[in-house]
Amino acid sequence: MKVTQLSVFAENKPGHILAPCRLLAEAGVDIRALSLADTQRFGILRLIVSNWQAASKLLEEAGFLVRATEVLAVEVPDHPGGLAHVLSTFEGSDINIEYMYAFPFAREERAVLVFRFDNPDAAMERLCAAGIAMVERDELFAGNVVR
Amino acid sequence: MSKHPNQSNGPFHPVSAPDFLPLPQLQRLQLQRLQNIVRRAYDHVELFRRRMDERGLKPADLQALDDLAQLPFTDKGDLRDTYPFGLFASPMKDIVRLHASSGTTGKPIVVAYTGADLNVWSSVMERAFAVCGLHESDVIQNAYGYGLFTGGLGAHYGAERLGATVIPISGGNTDRQIMVMRDFGVTAVCCTPSYFLHMLDRASELGVDLRGLPLRAGVFGAEPWTTAMRVRIEEMAGIRAFDIYGLSEIIGPGVAIECECQNGLHIFEDHFYPEIIDPETGAPLPDGVEGELVLTTLSKQAMPMIRYRTRDITALIPGTCPCGRTLRRMQRISRRSDDMLIIRGVNVFPSQVESVLLEMEGTLPHYRIILTREHGLDQLEVQVEVTAHMFSDRVGALETLHDELADAMERVLQLRTRITLVEPRTIPRSEGKSQRVIDRRSS
Repeated sequence: MKVTQLSVFAENKPGHILAPCRLLAEAGVDIRALSLADTQRFGILRLIVSNWQAASKLLEEAGFLVRATEVLAVEVPDHPGGLAHVLSTFEGSDINIEYMYAFPFAREERAVLVFRFDNPDAAMERLCAAGIAMVERDELFAGNVVR
Repeated sequence: MSKHPNQSNGPFHPVSAPDFLPLPQLQRLQLQRLQNIVRRAYDHVELFRRRMDERGLKPADLQALDDLAQLPFTDKGDLRDTYPFGLFASPMKDIVRLHASSGTTGKPIVVAYTGADLNVWSSVMERAFAVCGLHESDVIQNAYGYGLFTGGLGAHYGAERLGATVIPISGGNTDRQIMVMRDFGVTAVCCTPSYFLHMLDRASELGVDLRGLPLRAGVFGAEPWTTAMRVRIEEMAGIRAFDIYGLSEIIGPGVAIECECQNGLHIFEDHFYPEIIDPETGAPLPDGVEGELVLTTLSKQAMPMIRYRTRDITALIPGTCPCGRTLRRMQRISRRSDDMLIIRGVNVFPSQVESVLLEMEGTLPHYRIILTREHGLDQLEVQVEVTAHMFSDRVGALETLHDELADAMERVLQLRTRITLVEPRTIPRSEGKSQRVIDRRSS
């Protein structure tokens, strides 16, 4: 299923990642997954949080530039070949992975991969057809997660 | 429904009569006033008398308007050198008001007004508002700063003389500006164009759409702005945006104003006589040719300015304006000769940076130019605040934006430019004239 991810623009300077994280912490927002894409010049902080609408509003009001994007959270068996199997689903299609990142998920030794596709609907169709499970939003925040 | 001031205005305002003087009559008036003012400056201002004497000139030598070109120039340096009162032509008992410019280096420039001067000032400002189609039914929010800066009080007295309802809100406190604009039925606003853009941004954050308000005109000045900025302001606010020009040394705001044709600014040349000169040689240039604007005050008592070099680059527009005014027009000021930055020997104007940003983004993001020197070489950096429109969760999209901006800057400026994308609201906002350039090369 599609999950909403928030992206926050940050200059590549000391302390610039801390500010948005601290803001969310103070508001009691749970950050489930986080990835930082950075270049020499700037960074993009990507977050999957418990209440993205409230978090987005909070960040925007504090002056951060925020974008909400739909990503797919995919369960990957935590053993050799697990990732390759998921990726092979897209072989021969023109679906493009813009970026991806992983975080651990304590259910039957599985990891969760977050995918940003250029065409999420087409990607979802293929994953379903291949019988690959996607993680629902609610599961992500069900509390059975490695701390 | 139309928001165009000239259409809601009906017949021309009676105070506009001097704008339509037949040319021979206007020129007779100008020559007569010029002869009087040169005599006054010669008799009462030591610096001016000395410069005339050095050239073997007497006030009586001024027989035609063209003879003005023989007279010496005055510039900002003269005002600094004679600080504070050295160019006054009236005794203090006749002077009723002092203003001072915000000097960026050292001492400010002090300017003085007699009662008659204030009368002229409020009358030209009244005429300026009338040119924009404003009249006694208008509610004018004056967001120019009140105080030593001439903008606030200059616009205030002109609007009051017009009979409009004046809201003397001064600059700053943007949320209150927007509240007042909405709650008081404001129909016209005066401020710097950059501050109005800031108000527009803030209004949109607050969910206030200025297009739904009675606001129909803006009188914007005190800094150069571009046609693209005008288009954006007019579209976003649903108003007509008029360019007003003035400078403290001459009188303050009210030297020139755009009419409904928005093709150049009519100079109130019954009080301020314009010339265009080559900024390098000082030679007069013909109409239509761009150069430095030089102004002579024709009626100012306390502080006559003879051939004052404004440093503003413009041209006098040949031909008559469709509005029928006989007052000559100047092009909107695109830049100042002293705004020019020399970077590694290349001339760069901040307006060029602005035009690249506008062209690339469609709207003008907040930006700042930073000059540094590294290993003896000048470095040009343009900091651009990333907007929601530009931002993407994909690194590649931001990299592309960055590279396109850098390439476009290099093409237009002929200089390698470092582009830095910065977070929103990190570039300081100004509520008066904006500080777009930070020069840290002094080493």
